[in-house]
Amino acid sequence: MSGARHLLGIAELDVADIERLLRLTDSFVEVGRRRMPKVPALQGRTVTWLFYESSTRTRLSFEQAAKRLSADTLNFSVPTSSVNKGESLRDTVATIEAMGVDAIVVRHASSGVPHQVARWVSGSVINAGDGWHEHPTQALLDCYTIRDHLGGLDGLHVAIVGDINHSRVARSDVWAFTKLGAEVTLVAPPTLLPPSVEGWPVRVGHDLDAVLPTVDVVYLLRMQRERMAEALLPSLREYTACYGLTRRRVDLLRDKAIVMHPGPMNRGVEIAADVADLPRSAVIDQVRNGVAVRMAVLYDLLGSGADLSRDLPGRDAR
Amino acid sequence: MKSIAVRGGEVVDATGRRRADVLVEDGRIAAVVPQEEGRDLAADLTLDAGGCVVAPGLVDLHTHLRQPGAEEAETIETGARAAALGGFTCVLAMPNTTPAIDSAGVAREVLELGRAACCDVRTSAAITVGRAGTQLTPMAELAALGVRLFTDDGTGVQDGRLMRRALEYASALGVVLAQHCEDAVLSGGGAMNEGAWSSRLGLPGQPPEAEEVMVMRDIALARMTGGRVHFQHLSTRRSLELVAAAKADGLRVTCEVTPHHFTLTEAACATYDPVFKVNPPLRTDDDVAAVRAGVAAGVVDCIATDHAPHAPEAKEQPFDQAPPGMLGLETALALALTHLDLPITEVLALMSWRPAAIIGADDAHGGPVAEGRPANLCVIDPTATWTVDPDRLASRSCNTPYTGMRLTGRVRHTVVDGEAVVVDAEAQR
Repeated sequence: MSGARHLLGIAELDVADIERLLRLTDSFVEVGRRRMPKVPALQGRTVTWLFYESSTRTRLSFEQAAKRLSADTLNFSVPTSSVNKGESLRDTVATIEAMGVDAIVVRHASSGVPHQVARWVSGSVINAGDGWHEHPTQALLDCYTIRDHLGGLDGLHVAIVGDINHSRVARSDVWAFTKLGAEVTLVAPPTLLPPSVEGWPVRVGHDLDAVLPTVDVVYLLRMQRERMAEALLPSLREYTACYGLTRRRVDLLRDKAIVMHPGPMNRGVEIAADVADLPRSAVIDQVRNGVAVRMAVLYDLLGSGADLSRDLPGRDAR
Repeated sequence: MKSIAVRGGEVVDATGRRRADVLVEDGRIAAVVPQEEGRDLAADLTLDAGGCVVAPGLVDLHTHLRQPGAEEAETIETGARAAALGGFTCVLAMPNTTPAIDSAGVAREVLELGRAACCDVRTSAAITVGRAGTQLTPMAELAALGVRLFTDDGTGVQDGRLMRRALEYASALGVVLAQHCEDAVLSGGGAMNEGAWSSRLGLPGQPPEAEEVMVMRDIALARMTGGRVHFQHLSTRRSLELVAAAKADGLRVTCEVTPHHFTLTEAACATYDPVFKVNPPLRTDDDVAAVRAGVAAGVVDCIATDHAPHAPEAKEQPFDQAPPGMLGLETALALALTHLDLPITEVLALMSWRPAAIIGADDAHGGPVAEGRPANLCVIDPTATWTVDPDRLASRSCNTPYTGMRLTGRVRHTVVDGEAVVVDAEAQR
């Protein structure tokens, strides 16, 4: 199946692609609400994971998504595989390919690995996070969650706050949110912004207090401790003082504004412990929607392309 | 030794152009006969140079031959063959081998292996022991073996005081110190040029300033010591401006640029194909324009390949983990002829007699095509077109970034030390 389709990044998608995936997600959210939340849509298809980096929610939600679609799954765990015996990425991929898989879900600490894998295999490649580059299914579930809470993204103002430069979530979200019509402001100290945002459809700010009253969504990124060692920040304490979403800052938000975070959260650093649990926090919804979004992605790449109602029997019998 | 007649071409060298046939006997040019004399040169082997330029052989100041230590990527034998096919009659081996070329023993080994190769293999040596940047190599002993250029290439000498001492010490030996300009702290292991593309791709970048601050420092040290500095593979607009200013001040500095820095930009990295990873990294459109302008304006002394073979498995790693470097020997001349808007005499100056003079190889290479001179020649068909196919390159590796590219200008024959090592674009051994 040469010419297989892939999901490598949001930057390459057009608005129609994103909207198609979000519409599909609606159908799979419905499946998820059933007493027996499983459909035969990908029966006979095999999906495997190639995770070179630890992950809890992405890995589990892809697995749950594949199982709900009745796909066969092959589990590949780097810590127990031949990678530990020095097997190269290329050889590992060739081995998996030889076993016959329809899709490989790739996570790697290096940007661009899914693109390389896509050149080596005949099946579909899904990027589950590559280095600082992209995390497209996270962006899709973020869009779905925002739409669910606020009705759509067109005309909204989203602030993405924190370590933008080292964040694949930020890069994917910038493309997804702006393609769907939102305005995006990146809020970060200059050391945590990309060296250049030339060509990015965003505004940049350094004063969180000034931005918060104007936003519909405040999206917080995980702050990693390594950044202190690289002289990018003086201390976590100073980061929290300037860029943390404290209880005081929450009061600057409009009534309907929501708080998002891709997880895992550092409570007390980028987000105050009690803020994470406020009703306006959508963090748990993000995780919940992750399964349906990943079902949509798998179905979009591997499904029959036939009538959805035929692939999702039971919709009317419910 | 077989005599050779090179017939029907146009001889081009530093003294000018003329239609002449060249007779080679016993390693030397025995006669250069104007074609209008209509004299038939008799020889054991006749090389057809119809439609071609007959020129002094090319000289590469920047060749990674990988031996000793990384023979899976290249050997002196395979690298020299690639060089000959590219029109080079002399290459200068870089010292970042394993072990490094930092002692008389390793230098002798490289020169010994080079004697059996199909071009003249000379060697540079490291400035510091193990290229570790702390202790000077035995430069006098190495110079006595014929080493004329010292460099820690692969890295720059980070310690300014040590570089000052190296320049002072070297000045007594009449050798050149060449610098890979990269402030290692500022470059911070960046995998590509830092800027709009690295930001978009989520790859760690190295800013052009990492190169430029070391160019600035070494210009200051050249001024201070009166030492002789050659800047390797310059890649940014400001680096070239700095060198132009230093030359205007009368300092003894020279510089080289590579074909990839005047033909490719950082945008190529968007494929995440590590074949486009190189150090210094591919830069912006503006830098490429500046490199070309620097070549045209004479700021650039020579074109060097920075031929850097890597085995396929090394280049199949993730972009940020793959080693930097790309092949260059077999494409350099064609890239210069195709992409630089320069007369062929100027291209030859940049690739033959000027680099030869920098390393004192002008006794045998780059000199006029004249009776009595050593017979190191290349015969170039400037209009032949060809497509780069990595599987057809003579290098042991295939990491060329030019796969599928159509180029104009091809080496037809190469004569090294009186032996036809390339005939009709085929290596003879």
